[in-house]
Amino acid sequence: MTRTLMEGSEAIATAAVAAGCRFFAGYPMTPFTEVLENFGKRLPAVGGVCINAESEIEAIGMTWGALATGARAATGSTGQGLALMQESLSEITRAELPLVVFHMARGQGDYYQATRGGGHGDYRHIVYAPIDVREAVELTELAFDRADHWRNPVQIYGDYLLAHTSEGVEFTADPFVPVAKDWAVDGSLGGSGRSRNINPIGMQKGSKSIDPESFWKRLQVKHDQIEASEARFESESTEDAELLVVAFGSVARFVRHVVRELRSEGRKVGYARPISLWPFPAEALAAAARGTQRVAVLEQNAGQMIDDVRLSVLGSVPVVGIGGISSDSAGFGMGPLLDTRVIRGRIESALENLEVST
Amino acid sequence: MSSDRLDVLDTHGRPTRVSTRVGEFEPKLLLDGEHDLCPGCGEPVAIRLLLEVIEELGYAQDSIGVIGIGCYTAFTGLIDVDLIQALHGRAPSVATGAKRMRPDKLLFTLQGDGDMVNEGLQEVIHTAARGESVTCVLLNNGVFGETGGHMTATTALGQRTKTSLEGRDADYHGYPIPIAELLVPLGGVSYVARGSVADAKSVVRTKAMLRKAFEAQIAGEGFSLVEILTMCPTGWFIPTADGPGYLDEVLGEVHAAGELVVGGKPVGKGASG
Amino acid sequence: MAHRGCRAMTLVETRGTIRIDSERCKGCELCIPACPPRVLRMSEGRNTRGARVPELLAGCTGCSACLLVCPDFCIEVYQYAEPVMLEAVNASESGSGDNEVTA
Ligand SMILES: Cc1ncc(C[n+]2csc(CCOP(=O)(O)OP(=O)(O)O)c2C)c(N)n1
Ligand code: SF4
Ligand code: SF4
Ligand code: SF4
Ligand SMILES: [Mg+2]
Repeated sequence: MTRTLMEGSEAIATAAVAAGCRFFAGYPMTPFTEVLENFGKRLPAVGGVCINAESEIEAIGMTWGALATGARAATGSTGQGLALMQESLSEITRAELPLVVFHMARGQGDYYQATRGGGHGDYRHIVYAPIDVREAVELTELAFDRADHWRNPVQIYGDYLLAHTSEGVEFTADPFVPVAKDWAVDGSLGGSGRSRNINPIGMQKGSKSIDPESFWKRLQVKHDQIEASEARFESESTEDAELLVVAFGSVARFVRHVVRELRSEGRKVGYARPISLWPFPAEALAAAARGTQRVAVLEQNAGQMIDDVRLSVLGSVPVVGIGGISSDSAGFGMGPLLDTRVIRGRIESALENLEVST
Repeated sequence: MSSDRLDVLDTHGRPTRVSTRVGEFEPKLLLDGEHDLCPGCGEPVAIRLLLEVIEELGYAQDSIGVIGIGCYTAFTGLIDVDLIQALHGRAPSVATGAKRMRPDKLLFTLQGDGDMVNEGLQEVIHTAARGESVTCVLLNNGVFGETGGHMTATTALGQRTKTSLEGRDADYHGYPIPIAELLVPLGGVSYVARGSVADAKSVVRTKAMLRKAFEAQIAGEGFSLVEILTMCPTGWFIPTADGPGYLDEVLGEVHAAGELVVGGKPVGKGASG
Repeated sequence: MAHRGCRAMTLVETRGTIRIDSERCKGCELCIPACPPRVLRMSEGRNTRGARVPELLAGCTGCSACLLVCPDFCIEVYQYAEPVMLEAVNASESGSGDNEVTA
């Protein structure tokens, strides 16, 4: 294994292709555009296909078709494009297709969209928020694996910084071994009486009617199993922490750095990061928060993940938001909050407030 | 139920005289011929043709269908071909993704006018212009049948629907879109035709169109579309027996039957198939 | 059958026949005008769905037109090896044959 210096978007596409992804469709939008470009460069070389679709709606439709044949396939966009895809994002979950979505968001304001979804009905997507390019590579490989395992969509929630930062990355040397998918359509069972039907409304072959209730309940059971087993979490210096700072994605990288700095100066501050935004690592977070006096959530939005943090600690510790909306003039989410001095200031005042109130 | 009228022949069992069966109840690629579509609906007739052509071309085990959302969706459970159920309007993109991964398979969509010409108009246009090697089959009855007879993009001027109660008025509702004609100038299009199931002759012609469309796909010539005008007596609010006449006089006026593109070249409108 | 002689009786060449799944039939009547020799007519009685169903008279050619237009897959068509002459009542009033179909 060799280390290569690569920009996030290129690293993601490279990792996806290494994981066996053979189809990608997308529509350009900053800061996702370079992900599309990189798939466009890489897929034809391995016999895959990348389509610059006429819109995000068609992009996910094409990916749906590719997935139905058993191929590993992905789409992506920013929050706006994902908003257009919502009908398909929820129904593709019911069609139980292993979709991978690369969401390069304009900041962290799409946390609700990623974790709650804007689509209809009861559905859930696994959502990973990588802290850096190295982890994005790992989580991309994991995303394809988990998507196939559960036959459920997985989203990688990144942002401008992730897509455009260059880092040294490594890729697994193991060649991808295609996963057998007996449910996939290849035409072969036509006329046999057992032909396949990839169906988001629970319609079975040989039946004219549907049974939505039992179909939806079966999916709920699956989502409960995912929730119970797929949460991912990282934390540091929580043992004797008085203040626990929680952050996700790129912002967490700044927070982790500042917490390490403050720790080295003897301040009793800890750091926690949900790697998976859904399932939210509620138990691990509650355990990390135990013994602290306050939990501070530093997210780059008006306060979204804070809901999940509060639901995790269930009133055992006060939870405050110390982040906020922060953007560059173009609205890409590269705001002044993405600065260790600013973040240090926020955490320090949270620590001072702690002293005032105790 | 039996008739006691003397002149009526017994049609319950197989004939006792030496004979050859020349037509079967339902097509082979249907799991069950019983379905819940309305009396006099034209859609099952068109679906029969589609399935017979796939079977006759020897592609029963090499076809993938993508079904839209409309009354015909009831057949997703009955068609014995590997299928993908798409969302309303989205079938051409889904077929695109599937075909790109399985270029060796015959890919078709089955959509209604509401599905293809309203909700998913840009899908079919772009799929055609990309020259995707898929065959889109449109069942055009000029209404949203499934929702109860509302105006679609193909509803004829003057046609009464639940959302054009006094008849479609160009000033108020706008003009119908002749989708087959719209695709003619696009590169990437190999075969476009419009048939109908209003009478037996049209049914036979329409079947030939479906065959040509699939043959174009098999030959790798690009995109093909067969639009089939179908009766919807329920959504037209007329007796079933009046369906074929209404189809010819109202829908057929706007959407004339015939081949429009053959071998990638436009042919005269209204040429017979 | 005493009253038989009261009707006009003709012998009609019959080259085929059909089977009708009368329980499937929804009574739409599309097969009636589709039949070129007009040897189909709707029954007086109804099936368990409550629909009148087609009845076959002598003179079927086995052309399949009725099958082609039937939305409910109720019709199967046979062609006889040898044409037969069947007695028909008022059969001469059947259609003109201008609907001839070659499948
Ligand atoms: C996004 C979306 N909008 C609306 C509907 C509701 N809907 C279901 S079927 C249908 C109309 C189908 O019309 P058409 O495709 O012409 O088929 P038909 O019923 O006439 O056979 C509509 C509007 C839907 N399923 N999805
Ligand atoms: S509503 Fe119209 S299209 Fe739908 S099943 Fe009835 S007749 Fe057919
Ligand atoms: S097969 Fe032809 S002639 Fe015989 S009943 Fe049907 S339409 Fe009439
Ligand atoms: S066309 Fe079919 S369903 Fe309609 S009346 Fe004739 S046999 Fe019955
Ligand atoms: Mg319609």
